[in-house]
Amino acid sequence: MATKTRFAPDRGLTSRMVLVMFLIGLLAVAFIAALVAFVPARSLPIVLIIAALILGAQFFFSDKIATFAMGAREVDRKQAPELYAIVERLCALANMPMPRVAIADTPVPNAFATGRNPNNAVICVTTGLLRNSNLTEEEVEGVLAHELSHVAHRDVLVITIASFLGILAGMVARMAFWFGLGGDRRDDRDGNAAMAQLVIMLVSVVTYAISFLLVRALSRYREYAADRAGAHLTGNPTALADALRKITGDMSKIPQQDLRAAEPYNAFYFAPALASKESLMALLATHPPTEKRIEQLNKIALELNSNRPNLH
Amino acid sequence: MGLLDTLLGRSKPVQPNLDQLFGLPSAAMTLEVNGTFRPTGYGAVCYRKAEGVAFSQVESDVEELLEGIDGPKVQVSKDKYGYTWVLCQRAQDDMTSLVNDVHAVNSALQDNGFGPYLLCTLVSFQDDRGRKLALIYLYKQGTFYPFAPLTEPQRDNTLELQIKAQLGNDLRLEKDLSRWFPVWGAPGM
Repeated sequence: MATKTRFAPDRGLTSRMVLVMFLIGLLAVAFIAALVAFVPARSLPIVLIIAALILGAQFFFSDKIATFAMGAREVDRKQAPELYAIVERLCALANMPMPRVAIADTPVPNAFATGRNPNNAVICVTTGLLRNSNLTEEEVEGVLAHELSHVAHRDVLVITIASFLGILAGMVARMAFWFGLGGDRRDDRDGNAAMAQLVIMLVSVVTYAISFLLVRALSRYREYAADRAGAHLTGNPTALADALRKITGDMSKIPQQDLRAAEPYNAFYFAPALASKESLMALLATHPPTEKRIEQLNKIALELNSNRPNLH
Repeated sequence: MGLLDTLLGRSKPVQPNLDQLFGLPSAAMTLEVNGTFRPTGYGAVCYRKAEGVAFSQVESDVEELLEGIDGPKVQVSKDKYGYTWVLCQRAQDDMTSLVNDVHAVNSALQDNGFGPYLLCTLVSFQDDRGRKLALIYLYKQGTFYPFAPLTEPQRDNTLELQIKAQLGNDLRLEKDLSRWFPVWGAPGM
């Protein structure tokens, strides 16, 4: 049955995301092929298993790790009835299970979502977002809708899988450096093993660098996607844009050393804690520039305003 | 949401499921037979107001439609979370008309592409002792749950579970209890 919708899909965003994921996959295949070629068969499974274990643990305990690192505590309905009411309504609109709700006691206005799947998700907001940031209720709601979209899109899973390659390459580089994966040194008469070790290290370092950039690009596309879905969910893209403006404005005012602790978890944040203007920084950023995000939201606002719905 | 949509991060707004609403008249009958709860004649649709003139236009069309000849008494209000409630009042025993009124709001929103903004519908009941009860319909799940408010933030969970046991045959009830969210201060209660 054709249903009527106000929203056009963003094919450009989708194809850019597909391209990045394809490149990550391609790089993974090439890297593993290089490992198979240069690393003796007996050390290869060990490296793969250790990398998988590290990543598996990070993924499985993502909710606990992130909330612990941020000093967030879970709250129940009695402790934060207003927050619960907003999240519950959004979940009912989006037809999602209710995530756990946590509050982090920091003055930086921000929010993040984590957890391995929608049933184990935690959505966390800072006290700064709730109290100090002069955000209106609709703006807070926009931020929460953005975070719920991260949960719906399973971004923790996607980014974890995408980062597997980087972790693997980093480990191989370090192991090649410390232990040498090239085989038995006693047989090393012509320097072949030393050569292989060097090649492995170089290949790993290059793979690590490229995959790092690709994962960051993917992270930025996921942010656009979460902005989109969040704006569609509340039907209020302008409020989300206003929230972005206020939060990024507030955040750049806060002194730097306060933010250092927040840095590792930026990938799951609503807006990154570190502002960057240079183009190199843009390439490394986990989040797209605020102006671009606002531009996209304005476009969605126009779609909402049009007189006729599209058939979908 | 399919695997591909997850992978590409393009969740779509969920369309409401409107069919189950028509089970309300028989549920009201069951409540009356089993106990003392009777409809108050109030029913309300709750939706999220999207920004822009297009939505406002649909909203005023809906009000006009409902206030037409022989229509229900209608009252529109906004709650503190930014959701709009359209409250309809009919005669106490006229549950069928009330459901039709509510459905008119649904179809108007859906036909204009705003179906995803429907949150819930509430129909209220009261017993001889003045206990309050609402049956709330979740559009996206297509399920109902009971809400029995005492004084905020207390709700009568015992009564809610009793009602759940009674209405299993008439309505599709929400199995996930964590989705039975309270609607304090909802109009029509």
